[in-house]
Amino acid sequence: MTIAFSTHHVVKRYGNTTALDDVTLQVDEGELLGLLGPNGAGKSTLVKIGCGLVRATSGTVEVCGSPAGSFAARSTIGYLAELFRFPPWLEAAELLQLHQELAGSQGGATERKELLTLVGLGDVGERRVDAMSKGMQQRLGIAQALIGSPRLLVLDEPTSALDPAGRRAVRVILEEVKQRGISVILNSHLLSEVELVCDRVVIISNGRIVAEGTPQDLAAQRGVEIETEQGTRVFPDADREQVPQLVAELVAAGRSIYGVRARKPTLEDVYIETVGEQVR
Amino acid sequence: MKAVWTIARHTIRECVRRRVFLVTPVATIGFLGLYAIGNHFAFSHIGGGTTTGFAGSLVDQRALAGSTLVGLGMFMTLFLASSLGIFLTFSTIRGDAEQGVLQPLVVRPVARWGVVVGRFVGASVICAAYAAFLYLGTVLITWVIGSWAPSPLLLPGIAMTAAVEVVIALSLLGSTMLTALPNGIAMFMLYGAGLLGGLLGQLGKVLSSPSLETTGRITSWALPYEALYQAGLNYLTAGATGLTRVVVRLGPLGGATSGGPLLGLWAVIYVVGVGLGCIALFGRRDL
Repeated sequence: MTIAFSTHHVVKRYGNTTALDDVTLQVDEGELLGLLGPNGAGKSTLVKIGCGLVRATSGTVEVCGSPAGSFAARSTIGYLAELFRFPPWLEAAELLQLHQELAGSQGGATERKELLTLVGLGDVGERRVDAMSKGMQQRLGIAQALIGSPRLLVLDEPTSALDPAGRRAVRVILEEVKQRGISVILNSHLLSEVELVCDRVVIISNGRIVAEGTPQDLAAQRGVEIETEQGTRVFPDADREQVPQLVAELVAAGRSIYGVRARKPTLEDVYIETVGEQVR
Repeated sequence: MKAVWTIARHTIRECVRRRVFLVTPVATIGFLGLYAIGNHFAFSHIGGGTTTGFAGSLVDQRALAGSTLVGLGMFMTLFLASSLGIFLTFSTIRGDAEQGVLQPLVVRPVARWGVVVGRFVGASVICAAYAAFLYLGTVLITWVIGSWAPSPLLLPGIAMTAAVEVVIALSLLGSTMLTALPNGIAMFMLYGAGLLGGLLGQLGKVLSSPSLETTGRITSWALPYEALYQAGLNYLTAGATGLTRVVVRLGPLGGATSGGPLLGLWAVIYVVGVGLGCIALFGRRDL
């Protein structure tokens, strides 16, 4: 399988501050990777290095086989920054046209129309950016990032200004993007969103990768809780298949069973557990 | 190169679209209106044309008034066009990066030098057109009202337009080191310092003070927009002869020096050098 994005032992230092410390990860073609971590963990720095906006102090970063920051690498990337601002005097379609020209896209008006429709702005192509809400601008940003059919889409907090309906719309867009075979790196604080759409999750804390896996693996079942007249008993090493036996043993021991629950943490539980110290 | 033109066109469109630049036509109309009123009263006061100076020699009052008025017009033209150039470029790198305007553009397969050159070209085209419009406007007003025009006609305007290009290059360089507001302030202070240095040099000439003249000369080489502006003024009075020339050169704008034959070459080297510095600093900057 082709690798869309890879980092090998990447270190980034700003003076005495280490933003990234020996980060090695890989995003496969068509994979949707969620990057999680507290503020200042190094997520944005990592994607900025990938986009060629920031230089790594050491280590190597490749985008679709080309060194990050090279022309070839940047030709394959679509990027929406966490803190972005489009020229307020441009119309939505004009902004996309500008990026088409810079990206060398031959899509023309058809591509602009299709992307604006994809992000739900099909009927406001002639509206100026300064007449758009923050949410609309964020969706326009996603359309901008998709100009030229990138092989890797990097979205840094793409739903931070969106209401629940807008977030759902972004999820739909990401599913569509995934169907097109585009790899995605999604930086987000919205864990439920990441859990819903991402194939794999990487949690970064203090510039290091502290957890990695599919949302299902990270949030795997961890024990069984059985509620009796004496209170709740926890069997931390038990799994779902052992429940009938545990219940039978408790009943045989004269206990009354009021409820049984498999303990399955959410991604949020895992996240808090992993980076809890930073969150506090 | 295509990206350079795209960025240049983007800059030009920004100037046309942004509401903040609506002040430019308003200021232009105000300036040209005031300039026309000044011309009207000046030439009405002069009436005929010549007066007799000492030893029976003649002073062409129209040439005296015309060159002084067009010289004042050039001063304002340089100020307005430089201001426009500074406002178009003062936030190009750090300012736009802090606002998040720059990153979406730089992520595209565009060389960073292309962004710098595109910005420079776009701002240069606008400011050159604006400076040419103002210069020719002032010359036309003086010619219509006072029947006087500088000779050579175009060289003063060309020198002044070149001066504006130098200001734009410096503003771009400043934008790689300073955020928008500090860079804007620094640029206007630098602009004023350059003009002050030039005036000190002129004063040194009148007072025969080598120290002041050296100060003016160093300023002219360090900030060649000032030398180009002076060269433009010098061209303005080049056509005056006899006592008229003597009187004109005693006036507030008459002490300007030509800058010498190497000034144009130095200005080109200077702008290229400033541009390369800008590209080098921008190329290393994390965004």
